[in-house]
Amino acid sequence: MTLFQEAGVDAAPSALARAGRLAGPSTRYVAKRIFAALGTFAFVVVFNFFLFRLLPGDPIALYTKGRDVDPAQMRALRSTLNQPVLQQFVNYLKNPFSQDASSVKYNLPAWEVIGTRVWPTVLLVGTATLLATIIGVWLGVRSAWARGERFDKVSTNTTLVLYSMPEFWFGMILLIVFSAGVFGLPGLFPSGGLSTPGVDTSSPLGWLNVGWHLFLPVTTLTVIYLSEYSLIMRASLIDEMGQDYLQTARAKGLKEKMVRRHHAVPNAMLPTMTLIFLNLGFVVGGAITIEYVFSINGLGSLTVDALRGPDIPLLQSLFLLFSAAVIAANLFADLLYGRLDPRVRT
Amino acid sequence: MSTEAAPTKKLSPNSIVRARRRAALRRFTSAFGRDRGGMLGLVIIVVFFALALLAPLLFDRSELDVTQATADPYLPPSRTYWLGTDDSGRNVLALVIWGARISLLVGLSATVLSMFIGTSIGIMSGHFRGVTGGAMDRVTEWFLVIPYLPLAIVLATVLGKSIWVIIVVIGVTSWPGTARIIRAQTLSVGSRAYLERARVLGGSNWHQMGRHVLPNVMPLVLANTTLAVSISILSETTLSFLGLGDPTAVSWGSILETAFDNGAISLGAWWYLAAPGLCVVLVVMSFNFMGRAIEGILDPREQGA
Repeated sequence: MTLFQEAGVDAAPSALARAGRLAGPSTRYVAKRIFAALGTFAFVVVFNFFLFRLLPGDPIALYTKGRDVDPAQMRALRSTLNQPVLQQFVNYLKNPFSQDASSVKYNLPAWEVIGTRVWPTVLLVGTATLLATIIGVWLGVRSAWARGERFDKVSTNTTLVLYSMPEFWFGMILLIVFSAGVFGLPGLFPSGGLSTPGVDTSSPLGWLNVGWHLFLPVTTLTVIYLSEYSLIMRASLIDEMGQDYLQTARAKGLKEKMVRRHHAVPNAMLPTMTLIFLNLGFVVGGAITIEYVFSINGLGSLTVDALRGPDIPLLQSLFLLFSAAVIAANLFADLLYGRLDPRVRT
Repeated sequence: MSTEAAPTKKLSPNSIVRARRRAALRRFTSAFGRDRGGMLGLVIIVVFFALALLAPLLFDRSELDVTQATADPYLPPSRTYWLGTDDSGRNVLALVIWGARISLLVGLSATVLSMFIGTSIGIMSGHFRGVTGGAMDRVTEWFLVIPYLPLAIVLATVLGKSIWVIIVVIGVTSWPGTARIIRAQTLSVGSRAYLERARVLGGSNWHQMGRHVLPNVMPLVLANTTLAVSISILSETTLSFLGLGDPTAVSWGSILETAFDNGAISLGAWWYLAAPGLCVVLVVMSFNFMGRAIEGILDPREQGA
């Protein structure tokens, strides 16, 4: 973003640049990141509109398939779609989250359907990301510090293999071993769902039940993500290990453990944390197949439902939601990075 | 253009370049040969390619036909059926070997498309300064942010179900990462003296990009290609598993789809799930190992480690 800097060099600084200088570097950084995120979101909205105009066939048939639609409503829909594309686009831009877009399958506004499905996904993906971050960082630190030793070799090779797996396949294998019970194993875990029907999920016993149901899907996602996080952590810590300040710390007489914990790891954490947030796009993708395999009623299974239909209005809204979530996560990562590392705050 | 210390025949600039490239290639192959992981990956990939090419000789195409299947469904692995049979009594080994053809074809074609888009946009956005480059960089950033699988799902749903759609979908959704890396390299090449010389001598933008920038970013493109193949194969598997693949073609992903849909999990038919999945893991892992080996050779920081 050279725009601001160039304006600042100008003989007559623009009001914007003056404001930026008054506000100080960190406010300017925050404003810049927020503007960039808004720009990206605007692109996604525009893209989302035109993408679905590429659909072959009669859109009305797609939008209303399998429903009894009131002829008056049908006429209204037809007249909206008969408007010039530009007019439709302007209407769409007015409110991309409007209640008009109605899901074909559920016969409800798409955003209402989505609203009921958010929490299972947040629970699943949130738990898995948290666990994967903790275990992945720990593994990465240990292998980097013992670089080339047995632990490092075993852990790096294992993570490379895990990283090469389709996550839903790993989930299916866990299911067949621990739930269907092949090779004479007892079925330890339920085959799917979020809780046993009839169990009150607000009671402590209900939480245990949910935990028991989530054990396999969370394990699957955790194992898949942690492989990537530990590879990143290992690489960034190895980058950091050659730095002079670590030598200084050792020269001061600090124990190796202190050098690692208080000097090297905090610096190596920066790129890892950013990548974990940037990865949220990938995380959302993983949740789609995992929820489908473990029949968890979240946004992922809803996406599979929507593409099977195809339920175009629902798919369109889901796509917008996923993109918005990733953009928000990226913005958060940028701001966090700016807070933790003053060097990027220019 | 004569070189004084050349007693042999006339050395044209071209032959000097060729000799230098040959030497570089020799250095590269010998370094690669010393990398155990990379070599293992290469061997596994060669085996899978051979199996894919020989599929029609090993198993007749009719073995894929549900109506012509003779065996009982869900037979566990045995002497006759090494990998057991599927829900309609087809030989899983035949399915997996024929599936390799589609999975590898889609993986490679999508990679070529993705590398082509990523490299062109990366070079151009790094080479052109000002509005053009800035705009291209913006577009790259936008595509980098859009969550990849939802985008691929939306595109595949909108465009219909065929192998070519899958290839295009994977190709147009997976290029931004490559473009990013290539752009960074182009920027660093852009400040070197020989590019300045080309510019001063009046070389067009296309000449500068094609003759000077491209050869310099090519090693990076190659290292990225192997990693991109594994991503493409994983994407193909995922999209086919979700039912977005060509319904008439057998790929590793579509085998997993039929297995899952027909309740292979609750029936405990582990062979039906394990075989196609292991193929994906082996091939993807091999490409990853090769990619790491190439990266290690090209990245001077890794040397001596």
